[in-house]
Amino acid sequence: MKIKRFKFLFMVMFFVSLLSTTVPVFGQEQAGVFAKTHPQLGFILFIALATIGIVSLAVWLKSRQGRINQETKNYDAPVQEDKLDTYIKNMDSEQIDAFLKFKSSSRKSSGKPVGIIATLIMLLPASALLAQDPEPAKTANDLLGETGVIITIVLILIPVLVGLVLMVLKTSNVLRQLTNRRRLKEADRLAEILEDTEDPELIASLEKRRAALDFQLSKRELSGNLSPEDNRGLINIKSNAGLPVVEPKKKAVKRPKVDPKLSKMVLWYLGCATFWLLFGTTVGEYLGIKFVAPDADSLAWLSFGRLRPVHTNAVFWGWASLAMLGLANYVVPRVGNTRLASYKMGWCSLILINLTVILGSLCLMAGINNAGGEYREYIWPVMLPFAIALVLSLINFLNTVARRKTTEIYIANWYIIAAIIFTIVIALVAYLPWWQNGLGETIAQGYYMHQGVGMWFMLFTLGVVYYFLPQQLNKPIYSYSLGILAFWTQILFYTLIGTHHFIFSPIPWWLQTVAIVGSMGMAIPVIAGTTNFLMTFKGGWHKVSGSYTLPFFIVGIIFYFTGSMQGTAEAFRTTNLYWHFTDFTVAHSHLTMYGIICFFMWAGIYALVPRLTGKEPPQILVGAHFWLALIGLMFYTVPLMYGSTLKGILWMQGKPFIDGVVLMAPYWVWRAVGGSLMWLSHLFFAYNFYRMVVKRKEVNVASAAIKKLNPSLNQSL
Amino acid sequence: MELFDNHKKLFTTAAAFFIGLTTLVAIIPAVQTDKINQPLPGAVKLSPDAQKGKAIYVANGCIACHTQQVRNLDMDKVWGKRPSVAADYALDKRPDVWHNTATLMGSERTGPDLTNIGNRQPSKDWNLVHLFNPRAVVKESVMPAYPWLFIYKEQPAKTDIVVNVPAEFMEGKTGKYVATKKAMYLLAYLQSLKQTDLPDGTTAPDFLYKQAAAKTDAAGGGAKVDGAALYTANCQSCHQASGEGLPGAFPPLKGSSVVTGDNLELYVGIIMNGYTGREKEGFGPMPNVGTTANLSPEEVTAIINHERSSWGNSAPEVKVDDVKRFMDAAKLSAGQ
Repeated sequence: MKIKRFKFLFMVMFFVSLLSTTVPVFGQEQAGVFAKTHPQLGFILFIALATIGIVSLAVWLKSRQGRINQETKNYDAPVQEDKLDTYIKNMDSEQIDAFLKFKSSSRKSSGKPVGIIATLIMLLPASALLAQDPEPAKTANDLLGETGVIITIVLILIPVLVGLVLMVLKTSNVLRQLTNRRRLKEADRLAEILEDTEDPELIASLEKRRAALDFQLSKRELSGNLSPEDNRGLINIKSNAGLPVVEPKKKAVKRPKVDPKLSKMVLWYLGCATFWLLFGTTVGEYLGIKFVAPDADSLAWLSFGRLRPVHTNAVFWGWASLAMLGLANYVVPRVGNTRLASYKMGWCSLILINLTVILGSLCLMAGINNAGGEYREYIWPVMLPFAIALVLSLINFLNTVARRKTTEIYIANWYIIAAIIFTIVIALVAYLPWWQNGLGETIAQGYYMHQGVGMWFMLFTLGVVYYFLPQQLNKPIYSYSLGILAFWTQILFYTLIGTHHFIFSPIPWWLQTVAIVGSMGMAIPVIAGTTNFLMTFKGGWHKVSGSYTLPFFIVGIIFYFTGSMQGTAEAFRTTNLYWHFTDFTVAHSHLTMYGIICFFMWAGIYALVPRLTGKEPPQILVGAHFWLALIGLMFYTVPLMYGSTLKGILWMQGKPFIDGVVLMAPYWVWRAVGGSLMWLSHLFFAYNFYRMVVKRKEVNVASAAIKKLNPSLNQSL
Repeated sequence: MELFDNHKKLFTTAAAFFIGLTTLVAIIPAVQTDKINQPLPGAVKLSPDAQKGKAIYVANGCIACHTQQVRNLDMDKVWGKRPSVAADYALDKRPDVWHNTATLMGSERTGPDLTNIGNRQPSKDWNLVHLFNPRAVVKESVMPAYPWLFIYKEQPAKTDIVVNVPAEFMEGKTGKYVATKKAMYLLAYLQSLKQTDLPDGTTAPDFLYKQAAAKTDAAGGGAKVDGAALYTANCQSCHQASGEGLPGAFPPLKGSSVVTGDNLELYVGIIMNGYTGREKEGFGPMPNVGTTANLSPEEVTAIINHERSSWGNSAPEVKVDDVKRFMDAAKLSAGQ
């Protein structure tokens, strides 16, 4: 339990430190630019801050001085007797014990009370400490802007500041010593009283008080004295468990009556998805390396421009889409308490999507490319099977919902089915030819790529989470209404934001503004969704430590909030100045597609597959997967965001373009390092998936022994 | 609520809502711009070669790193003389039934913007070497090399276009690399990328967020122009950081008689109008860099003084007034 707590704490701290490191970064940079353009203003601000600091210090010292004076006066005054009474009343059991012992053993001996603290008085004349506040030298106003003057003033300020700090420490010390001196005096007086007292009443009351303080329950009040017995086989004690490296996680509860046909199909979906994850991120990893070593190869098929869309499309359509649909094939019938309408359609969809990704990857590497529009690089004949798969899945899911046994349509199905409908619309807008000339193409592209991300991946994944999160917590979703609010507002705002990738382009200004406003509106569904998920955790946080799926959900939720809100921030006109066109966008898309979608998918897969197969992944490897993916993602994104901000500022200052390339070099190395960790985590995931699916022959000693005793059992087993 | 319990109504409502918004923010604007889609009067259609080059540009995913849009931002001024307008993209059409219209605008600027590359870097020699291996001319570049656009020949024929590959990129081979047709198509496309002038009487949209101007104002107008940075941005890709140029392609500035000599008129004229005087020695023509980049007299002076005092050159500084005079003269001679 404790270990897991620490783990979680560590994670929280990680994010806090992350936030605190990224925020000052921007602060600093802006301050840097600011200081450069208005050196005097910056300096005045600095002086103002320093003055405020010194004045507040003076006020603080003044109050200390008052207290020192008070203490000095108190010392000369006689000890207040009523105060001593309070001391006696508040004595703890041990002190009473010692006192009573002292009374009974050495009635007339002149034992001195044990000194609490050794007396050491080092008094400095307090008035000398309160020297006048140092004032920074004031020079002619125009001189203040000079770097040399600023440096000099700062250099002067350093010893002054050190002196001030020393003064504060000394003053506190004097005050403490004065207080202790007074207390010792009080202690002397108290000891005298205690020594002299023969008041039996006092002694009796102290004895009573000690008894009260020492009272303890017998700890058998509720359990009685009988020894425990487990008549129903509820307790399972493992002997020789040893010290675990990580806390044992709760095993998945095997659900009865999962149709083996469904099971098999879902596993195939998820297996193919895992393959495309490995393939897509291997390509991605290689692309990251190419930023560091551009001459790693000189093959046309592996050149950067051709491989980049291979990576993005494989992880989009191969990995994430198949994982989502695979999980949905389980969720959609389950929440309607019914069977999937048609397995045939499910299998067809799976084959068609795989076909698209295989053909698409080959085409792209061969240089057959639609038009370079992001996520629209597959030419339409290649994308067609995917579109058919979507239509088939839609029909299948709608038929399944139609034969549901519940009255309501659970919110998960709203999200999932709406996502498929919307994506069919999006694909049509993107691939139909009638509005694709010139600028029309750009408008369609902006719409398509962002709707693809937000309406296909995000909406669908939210649907999956609305099922698996409550299921894993064994609690209902916190608020159905918040889910509905998020659903409609997501449609309202997300649909508008496509063109925010083309701020300051020739696209109509009003359309850009609409996109920015829509991006701001996204705060509503995002906050509603995040609140809903976090509140579902309410009262269930203790379950996190014993689960290997819940940490994935938590990371997904955190990135759902931070990643989405970052998207809003990126849409503003001012942020476009320094972030647009840089790798900041790449970092953002990884924070969201990886931090949100992938983590939620993994959560869903780890939740579902053991239920289907009855086999658990090795939990230490799930941990390895989790931490490598999370830390890798941070290594990938944080340096990229930092470097791109610097690069954007450099562009704004009109520096030569190549300077930006040089500047990014170390951050690209970090990206490659982070990418490698992420890639490594996928190997662990793939192995975990294998372990969840494939039977391993392990000899169970007990059942082997029984079999040996009774060979006839072999037939029945 | 009945709506929520009836899947037909629920999903029809959601779909209608989504399609309605889609029509408003995507389809109507796209159809409208498609309807009024007209190229500028001065726009030149892509030549057949350039058209093929554009297909190669798309096929190799150049769009992933190169934008073709000058935003109406002050910081984008380096990429073109005016912000891009809708009409600039009017000639970008669906090439055939299999491919969509190219997404030229792009969304990443890992490499420079190419809106005006045909003016900014028209040199055939430079572009071919750069395509063969970008690091041959720009040491820090991370652009992929495209060696498969070139063929190695021990003895190139007379009609072959030989690429001036520096020795260190020849890997010890003694022959020559020759540009394939594909390389020439791509080159034709890159050379065709020029910002068209707006018709007379039309004012270009403003560059917004002018902070460079505000900065010089704050400093009292006496801000020092950084000649080294201007050299990096405008001259270095050919003449190199070392000032030594590339043998057989770009002449050295180190020890050059034009750079260190007293003929300022010739020097300014070369920067503003380009130069073909050394083609006989095997050096390619120099483009009119100064005019394309819209350099001010102060900036040209800074570049000249940087060149006159770097790499061991130690010629005396030139004055802005003289440079300005010769720039006016160069403008006149360019107009003739």
